[in-house]
Formats: sequence, C-alpha cells, structure tokens
Amino acid sequence: MTLYAALGAVEQGLVYGIMVIGVYLTFRILDFPDLTVDGSLPLGAAISAVAITSGIDPYLSLLLAACGGFAAGMVTAFLNTKFKILHLLASILTMIALYSINIRIMSGPNVALLGVDTVFDSVINLGVPAHYAGLVVFGGLAACVLIFIIWFLSTEIGQAILATGDNPQMIRSLGVNTDVIIIMGVGLSNALVALSGALVAQNQGAADVGMGIGTIVAGLASVIIGETVFGCTTMARAFIAALLGSIVYRLAIALALGLELGGFRFNPSDLNLITALLVITALITPNLKKRFIKR
Amino acid sequence: MTKKLLLPVLMTFALLLQASVAQSVTISVSQFVEHPALDAILQGFQDYLKEKGIDVKYNVHNAQANMGTAMQIAQQMVGEKPDLLVAITTVSAQTCAQALSKAPAYLKRPLLFSGVTDPVAAGLVKNLQKPTGGITGVADLLPVREHLKMVLQYYPGIKTLGLLYNAGEINSKATIASVRALAPEMGLKIVEATASKTADVYQAALSLVGRVDAVFIPTDNTIISALESVLKVGVQNKLPIFAADIDSVKRGAVAAMGFDYYKHGYQTGALAEKIINGMAPEDIPVEFQKDLQLYINANYSKQMGLTPPDALLKQATQVYQ
Repeated sequence: MTLYAALGAVEQGLVYGIMVIGVYLTFRILDFPDLTVDGSLPLGAAISAVAITSGIDPYLSLLLAACGGFAAGMVTAFLNTKFKILHLLASILTMIALYSINIRIMSGPNVALLGVDTVFDSVINLGVPAHYAGLVVFGGLAACVLIFIIWFLSTEIGQAILATGDNPQMIRSLGVNTDVIIIMGVGLSNALVALSGALVAQNQGAADVGMGIGTIVAGLASVIIGETVFGCTTMARAFIAALLGSIVYRLAIALALGLELGGFRFNPSDLNLITALLVITALITPNLKKRFIKR
Repeated sequence: MTKKLLLPVLMTFALLLQASVAQSVTISVSQFVEHPALDAILQGFQDYLKEKGIDVKYNVHNAQANMGTAMQIAQQMVGEKPDLLVAITTVSAQTCAQALSKAPAYLKRPLLFSGVTDPVAAGLVKNLQKPTGGITGVADLLPVREHLKMVLQYYPGIKTLGLLYNAGEINSKATIASVRALAPEMGLKIVEATASKTADVYQAALSLVGRVDAVFIPTDNTIISALESVLKVGVQNKLPIFAADIDSVKRGAVAAMGFDYYKHGYQTGALAEKIINGMAPEDIPVEFQKDLQLYINANYSKQMGLTPPDALLKQATQVYQ
C-alpha cells in the first residue's frame, strides 16, 4: 500500500463514515434494518450534482442532498409505521424506486462533475494542497456530524429515539408517538447517507446511478468492525467506533489492492476475496488477544 | 530442511527483484468490471505493446462493479507512480481523471481511456481534437446507422425492433438515443425493455417476446454480463438477438456490425506507445474505433429462426458455424 493510497483510503473511510453513522443510527439505535441507503446515497449524489451543474453553491447542494435523503428515509419509515409493511421490504421498495427517480433527477445515469467547482475548491483556495483537501473537508464534516449526532441523542427527541429502539412498548406507555420518532430517526439516518453520497460524487468527479450498489454491505461491515475493534461501551464511543470502522474497512480494500507477496501477485479479480479475508482478520484479532491474555 | 529450502527461496526472490529492476515502463490499469468485451480491451492493449517489444510492468485493478472501490483504485494507481494510467469504461476514467486532478504535481501522469462511449458527456475532454489535462483515449461510439442497415439486410421482413439495455448505464444512453432517432427513417418501430441489474435481464428479455421481431443489445455492461439468459429466450422463442460487439456473437448473438474490443484495446495500445515515446497527450486527438467488422453466428442464427443471407455471409469477417 503506497502512502498516497493510504491517504485515499482514510479519505474514503471518512466520507463513507458519514453514511456509516447513519446506518448505525437505524441498525443499532432504532433496531430498524434499513436498505434504503443503497438508493439514498446516489440520491444525494444526484441532487448535489444536478444542483452544482445548474449553478447552485456546492455547500448549499449538500444541504439539498440531505433534505432529499431525509424525505427518502421518511417514505420508508412511513410505509413501515403507517401501512405496516415489514421494515426490510419497505426499505427495499424505496431503494428500487429511487433507482428510477435518480435517473429522472439526473436526466440520465451519470452526471459528470469534472472541472466544476466543488466543496474542495474553497478549501484549496485557502492554500491547502489539492490532495489533502478531501481529508480536510471530510474530516471536518465527519467531526461535525459526530458532534451533532451525539448532541442530538442527548436532547429530548434523541432520548425518545433511543428509548424507541430499546423498548417501544415502554415509551408508548409514556405517551410518545413511536411512529413519529421512527419516521424522524430513519429520515435523519438517510439524510446523513445522502450527505455522504453528495460528497462522494463531488470527490470522484461524477454522480452515477450505480454508485449505491453495495452501500449497505459496506455500512454494516464498517459498523461491526468498529464495534469489535474499538468497542461500544458509551454512545459517543459507539459512534466514533462506527466512523473508525469505516476507515478500517477502506484500509482493508487499499491493502488488498496493493498486496504483493514477493513475486506472487494476486489476480485483480481476487480483490473482494482478499478484502473479506482482511476484514475477518480485523474482526477476530481482538477476540484472540483476549483469549491469550486470559491464559 | 528449512535451511535447504531457504537458499532456493532467496534466489527466487533475488531473481524476481532483478526482473523488476530491468523493466522499463510501468502502466497501471483500472477496469470497472470483468466481462469478455472489457477483458478483450485489456488483452488487445497488452498484446500491442508486447508486439512492439515494449517491456511493461502492469498493475491491473478491477473494481468488481463497485464505484467506491473504483475511486480507491484511482487513488491507489496515482500512488503507484506509473508512467501511464489506463482506464477502461466511463466510470473508471472519471474516477482516475478526478484522482489525477487532485494529485500533487509530482504524481501527475498521463491518462488514457478506452471503452468510453461519449468522452465529452463524461467530462473527460472538452474538445475531441484538442484534449486537455493530460487525458486522451479511444471512444467506442457505436456506428448505429451501419448497424441498423445490416439488421434490415439480415432480416428483410423486420417491422419492430426491441432494445434491451440498462437505463442506468451512461454508455447505453448515447447509443439508444441515436437508435431512437434513426429508426423512423429506416421504417422500424422501437420497443424498449430495461433491466437495472444482471438478475433482472432474463425477465426483461421475456417481456419483449411476442412484441418484437428481433432484439438489439447495445454495448451495455449489465446486459452483456447476463447475455446467456437473453440468448436462451431468443432460442426458445425464435427471436433473433443482435448485438453491438462481436464478442457477444461468439457467445451466441446472431450478428454484430461492430467493434472488436480486442482491436479497440489494440488501438489504445498504439496511443500508449506514442505517450511512452514522449508525445504529450494534448497532441493526441481522441480516436474512434477504426474498422468495423461483421461477425455472424450461423448456428445460433438458425436456432433463432433466421437463415443468414448469402450476401452477408460473404461480407463477414468471421462466421461461427
């Protein structure tokens, strides 16, 4: 792994980490397995790309993307709570619908953002070298999102979200409408995912309708890596672990891409297998360490 | 035992090390997904440089159809400090272009794209004749007119042509738009079916049965990845399937007046040679695939209820029996 690729992996880990924080919110806090993310990530990308190419400020486009994601999450949660469609199916329905909607938004499958002003240009203009701009922007935004989400969950609504995930009957008996709480929570989660998607698109130079494929897989993998490797004893720690898990996941891919054992080179097609093996190693190492320390 | 093994192992390592020192040119390749046409591009590219006696060390990466991975591959490739970057397909080219534009000056390298249908719409170049930013390459914009003429000649009674593609692929968008525009003057009615992933292709192909006389597949990564399921529908329902790339004809499509992606890669290799010899990418206009070839699969053609016309058989570069 070259240093440049490692930097790239950290950058990707941070930007997808915002998505992972969203996934953590639904998957762990609300106990709501949400596959909408495969559609809301490209939704955010599409909204942001179309907004930027029609002259809207790149930062404002992030806000629009987040609003779009919030709406998508609300649809999923609405289908689930009001029409009693199983959460998995409700989220799958929104996800597949978003595929067509995203093509509509972009009037095609791909909008190029090469050579257009993005959020990075304002940072580059401050004198940051272009190859660090991604790290600065994503690091800053990921930190803001972390602080926001930890603060938000300590507010009254946030506490209600936590309680809804833990024990919906109890919180309902206290007179809280859990349907509204779930709709808000899933909306917020998808707003973060769409924000992540918007940033990914600006970073890779194009929004593409296919870019959402495998988002939930990466999201869940990162959540679980984070929990296993960095622990989740407190709320703040759990969210930071989710972000770090995302970085570890991307580093595993970067490592797999550059892996060479002496003269033996892997086939390019072995990439996913090697990534899986590296993630397995990351997951079982803490476990093994515990076992050895006990003896 | 271990000591006995150690010496040969060390020697092998030393030899490998030496071999890597002797190599003169390093090329990093980003390919978006594995399928025969894209694999053929890479093969053609590598064969051209081999024939010219250029000693190349390749770092080949494949994103396995994941865009996040494609971006990481682009960054990995920039970090590998190759002499030249090659990107196969639109998405790979866009991610590489973006990674290069953000790279510090000492990591900037020329980028060659291949298998990109519309490089201007993809934002890779602004002017095909005068590319900028160290990016140039070979585009595979399909010669739709020639292709439709061939289909009409192959199947004189054809009234309705089905199009099968993934609406989510920018590569297909350009082709489908020009088929739609040309169809009326050729007296063809168009019926479209789309599939967003390989698992949906079979169902999309079935939806065309009974509504069209023949089916045309553009250079669409999703459909071509699941071509066999379309061919099965074609054989069972006597519905001729035409393709736009000749690799698909080998697999069982009736005929294609199209690209040999091997040659496409070969042509890309020639551009790479120019860059290796010191020419600036800015001085190399974007090229289009030069020669078109007619490939016919007589065996599958008969299975799908069409006998190949003799005139076309004579004209064909390759006929699979």
